[in-house]
Amino acid sequence: MIFLKLFIEFFKIGLFAIGGGPATIPFLMDIAERYDWYTVNDVTNMLAVSESTPGPIGINMATYAGFRAAGLPGGLVATLSLVLPSLIVICIIAKILDRFSKNMYVRSSFATIRPAVTGLIATAVFGIFRVAIFTTAEGKWQFPIYLVLLCAAFYGVMNIKKFKKLHPAVWILCGAVIGIIFKL
Amino acid sequence: MGELLSLYFAFFRIGGLTFGGGLAMLPMLKHELVQKKEWVTEEEILDYYAVGQCTPGIIAVNVATFVGYKKRGVIGGIFSTLGMVSPSLLIVSVLAFFLEQFLSNQVVAHAVGGIKVVVCALMLQTVVTMVKKTVKNILGAAVLLIAFLVSMFLPFPTVLIVVLAGIFGIILYKTGRYRE
Repeated sequence: MIFLKLFIEFFKIGLFAIGGGPATIPFLMDIAERYDWYTVNDVTNMLAVSESTPGPIGINMATYAGFRAAGLPGGLVATLSLVLPSLIVICIIAKILDRFSKNMYVRSSFATIRPAVTGLIATAVFGIFRVAIFTTAEGKWQFPIYLVLLCAAFYGVMNIKKFKKLHPAVWILCGAVIGIIFKL
Repeated sequence: MGELLSLYFAFFRIGGLTFGGGLAMLPMLKHELVQKKEWVTEEEILDYYAVGQCTPGIIAVNVATFVGYKKRGVIGGIFSTLGMVSPSLLIVSVLAFFLEQFLSNQVVAHAVGGIKVVVCALMLQTVVTMVKKTVKNILGAAVLLIAFLVSMFLPFPTVLIVVLAGIFGIILYKTGRYRE
């Protein structure tokens, strides 16, 4: 029964992959070796598709892997099985955090965790920037264009009051248009 | 039901309009949940990210579940999570039919290249506002810098960075150096 197998495999990923979408890749590789749903090569394609489509990368990969295994229902089963452990675990943690939100240990630890997470997010920005340059920019002349665009966009979102209120999706659309024009 | 549907559609928008995965979602989350709906504060979103990094599963889904749970309990968590994954299900399933054409399409590749630059700019902006919100003193600045440098240059698990930062906070509290 392929759907039961899909459920068990992706539930396991959802339960054991700590660290978000990229942490699911080794599990997907493992599945490729044990089942004939897709090959290890396909996992690279999955990552490419997942990064060029909207949505969380881990979810996109699960949908795609499930789809390769058993069509549309396969994608649905894989994705829902992947998020089920999160739902259970997070609801329990949210309940506990609610009860201990006045607890000084919880408060003091989160006071230092917040700047640490901000630092982690800053690292992620560099990660995305590096990937953007090395995977899409082919010619050397594109690098300065990247920098100029990035600075312009950053200046725009930071300093121009009218732009600040714009929905991020508007920026993303502009980015797509500029990318097509400049062949980034 | 109205509020559950608005949870579903808020996360549907966030999931459907973000490129680059969970962390790239932050500017969108801030815009939709903090500024527009005022469901959560920026600090709370950071807390959810912190917990989401240390718990199993997709970080974006963990954050969605958290926000939904805060608004409407378990059923709220379910609706926000479903909202977050629905766009992926729709889009990726459609693309899976003609994957090869999509990946080799030059226009798509250029568009994605441009999108990544904008995502970087939006995330940088978010980082700047987060720094203003989360760094209250010199110790906070040190924690931020160390977390950034360690995650940037050392193969150090993210979970450990978050846990160590938390322990450091408790030590500060125990030694009387923590003020609200």
